[in-house]
This record gives sequence, structure tokens and C-alpha cells, in this order.
Amino acid sequence: MERKIRVLVAKPGLDGHDRGAKVVARAYRDAGFEVIYTGLFQRPEQIVQAAVQEDVDVVALSILSGAHNTLVPLVADGMKKEGLDDVLLLVGGIIPEDDATALKAAGVAGVFGPGADLDDIIEYTLSHVRRA
Amino acid sequence: MELLERFRNGDQRALARAITLVENDHPDRPLILADLHPLTGRAHVVGITGAPGVGKSTLVDQLATEARRRGKTVGVVAVDPSSPFSGGAVLGDRIRMERGASDRGVFIRSLSARGHAGGISAATGDVVSVLDAFGFDLVLVETVGAGQSEVEVMRLVHTTVVVTIPGLGDDVQAIKAGILEIGDLFVVNKADRDGADRTVMELEMMLDLGEGHGGARTGGTRAGVPGAAGRWDPRGHHGVSGVPAAGGAPEQPGTAPEQSETAPAHWRPPVLKSVAREGQGVAEVMDAVASHLTYLHNSGRWQVRQRQEAENKLRRLVADRLLATVLGPAEENGDLARLAAAVADREQDPFTAARHLLRRYWPGDDKPGPK
Repeated sequence: MERKIRVLVAKPGLDGHDRGAKVVARAYRDAGFEVIYTGLFQRPEQIVQAAVQEDVDVVALSILSGAHNTLVPLVADGMKKEGLDDVLLLVGGIIPEDDATALKAAGVAGVFGPGADLDDIIEYTLSHVRRA
Repeated sequence: MELLERFRNGDQRALARAITLVENDHPDRPLILADLHPLTGRAHVVGITGAPGVGKSTLVDQLATEARRRGKTVGVVAVDPSSPFSGGAVLGDRIRMERGASDRGVFIRSLSARGHAGGISAATGDVVSVLDAFGFDLVLVETVGAGQSEVEVMRLVHTTVVVTIPGLGDDVQAIKAGILEIGDLFVVNKADRDGADRTVMELEMMLDLGEGHGGARTGGTRAGVPGAAGRWDPRGHHGVSGVPAAGGAPEQPGTAPEQSETAPAHWRPPVLKSVAREGQGVAEVMDAVASHLTYLHNSGRWQVRQRQEAENKLRRLVADRLLATVLGPAEENGDLARLAAAVADREQDPFTAARHLLRRYWPGDDKPGPK
């Protein structure tokens, strides 16, 4: 039996910078994960639907627009509504410390800033994936 | 099984999980597929293949939209390559499949090829079965960007759509064996580019060269057709069975093939033009896909296909099981590795080594003789 960890890398909202998301997607690929990359300008409900259909273990959001306080809870709530409680939710981008605390309260497991080390992200993901 | 109960009730999460279990060859895989088998055999399964960048994902997205417009539900399986080094993959087909999240009539699943050559993954056939069982009217299978010989998809779909673009190759490319032989219809996408008509013409000529020879795809049925009179030409320029030639000229994007309930004894793959990004020609591709389904039913090929597919499935299952029975123990006790090393070091030839393995591990007393 072959078990691959599946990660949805998504960019919600209106910022058009996906270099970071692509770098992370590639790092996951090189670590042997299967990455579903959805591209830019995703609405939260699209992200949730993709997470359902792709049966992912991890949803990784990349947000550089500053709209994380609005967008992330929408994704987190949508995931809860769909029963995706066992899916790990990660956020990367420019997130001030106070906001990070609030996001974690809203259901985000890990928050990674611009200086985050790719190996740390992979390591964190591997050790926190919830599904058996 | 609780999962299957939710599956039968139309729960998309259960569908998604069933696909995962089947794809991962989970111990429950046989149980799931056996249980769902009675529900399968209803969807029209259509493969979309072609070189990287010709617009397969965009066309699939547009076809899904068109099918929804016609009241059909759609399952999509999109396969992308896996890394030969890490085994990981970046699956990007969803990028071009933008749609409203509220529509539950379209279900898209991305698959990694997981090291399988041939344009699809080893589990793609099973995933198609699961989508079929869930009740989708149409299942679209998008292959890995295919080169010339990724023809495996044709074995698990009813209708193969080969997508190309202007300027990809000359007329010799068009008569080479491989991917161009498997098309039930051809789409020249990005037809707003220079050279579209030339590409259409080259494909048409390639197809005409095959006429009368009985192509590999349709086999005997083709050879038995008397002359051109009984031929069905979706482009309409032979004007068959009272269908007026509809505009005819190949340079017209989206010449609509006529749908006919009468049985065409012969299928000449149509060559259509599209600009998928703009939605041009998509309805015509959908018409041709539907016509091909009618052809399959009316010509009896649908049933032949179903039987063939069932036989292939049985062969594969038995072969897998035999392989596991014979090689499992040999792998465990190191016999396989030892013999492989002997073959690699030229101490033994592979035929003798294989015979040794079969004799030693064949279940039962009736050992295979020397061969």
C-alpha cells in the first residue's frame, strides 16, 4: 500500500504574487508529497471544495495581501462545516505576530512568515499530519 | 462499511475518501471496488490526451461547463506526472478548472502518475470506476501531457479525444504510429493561431490514408463497410443519410457534426477546431463526443468494449495475484534478490532463473514444466 501525503497549496484573495506558494509547492514535491496547486485568486469556498474533492491531508494557504484576518477564518469555518477536522491548516505569508495568535485560535495549526525555512515547514507538516 | 453507505447517499467526502483508498491500494480496495461494481458501467468515459501545453485542462474545463449546460453531471480525473526522484508531484490541472464552488455536479480529482508511464497512473481505471459508480453521467480523463506513445488511456475510456495545436509537427508526424492512431476525434485547439487549417488538413489526410485498410481501432467493422455510401461523416461533407452538408469547409471552427439516431456502421474520426480559452468550438466537440457514444451503442461496440474491459480486468487481477503468490515468498527470503544478482553478474541467464523461481514457489504440486 502506497500512502502519499497530499497538500493543497492555495492562494485565496486578490494578491497576485505566487512565487512563495510555488517555492513551497516545489519543496513539498521534493520531499515526496503530492501537491495540488490551485493557482491565484481562489475564493475560500473554492478552496474548501478542492480540499474535499482532493481528499488532502494538509491545506496550505499563502497570503501576502494582508487580508488574512478575513480570508483565513472563512476557509477554516468552511473546512469545519465540511467536516474536515482532521485536515491540517497552515498559513504562510506576511502575518504580524498578534494576527498569528488570532489565526491559531481560529483553527490554524501553523503560521510561517517570510523568513521561514523550507525544511522547517516540511518537518512541521510531517510531524503534525493528523490522518493515519 | 459506513463509508460506502455515505457514498451511496451522495456524500462527496465519502467519494473523495473512496478514491484515496483505491488509489493507495489500501487493504479495503477489493471490498470497495467489488461493492461498487454493480453501480458501474453507466457513465460515458472520455479520455482527453495530447502533448503538454495544447490546452487539455482548458478544454476539459470547457467541456465540463458545456456538459453541465446540457444537464449532465461530470467527474474529472486529471493526471499529472510525478517526480522520478522524490516520488512527489505538483498537480496543477485545477488551475485551469475554475468554477463556482456551489456546483456539486462537477467533481475534479487530481492524480499523480506515481511513476507509471503511459500517460495515466496505475489506479486511474479504478478511480474512473468509482466516479462511474457515484453516478456521474460523464467522466473526463485528462492524461499527462503525452508524447507519441502514451496510448494507454484508450483502454479505459469509451471515446478518446486527441488534442493538438497548429504547428506541432509536419505531415510525417501525423502518420507515425501511436497517439494519432487512438483518436476517436481530433481537436485542433488554439485554432486562432496561424496554420490551424494546415494542421486540420494534415490530420484529415492522415485519417483518409487509413480509410479502407481497417484501422487498428475499429478493426473488422471497418473492413466490412461497402464503399463510402454507408459511411458516416460527422463533418457532413459527404452528406450521408439525408444529412445536408453543414458548411463543410474544414477551416470553419466548430462545424457541428450532425447527431443521428441511425446506426453508423463506420466511424471516421472527425477533426474539429476549437479555441478552448474562449469557449469556441466546445459545443461542437461535445456534439461529436455524444455522436461517438451513439455510434458505440448502435454498432454494438459498446458491449464489445465492456466485455473486453472486463476480461482485461480479470487478467490483471489474476496476474497480480499470481505474481504476489510466487514472488512474495521469494522476495521475503531473499531468493529473488539472490537470483537477480546472479543474472546481473552474468552467472545465470534470466530464463533459467525465472524457471527456478516458478518451480520452487508455484503453489500446489502441478509445477510448470521446462519452457
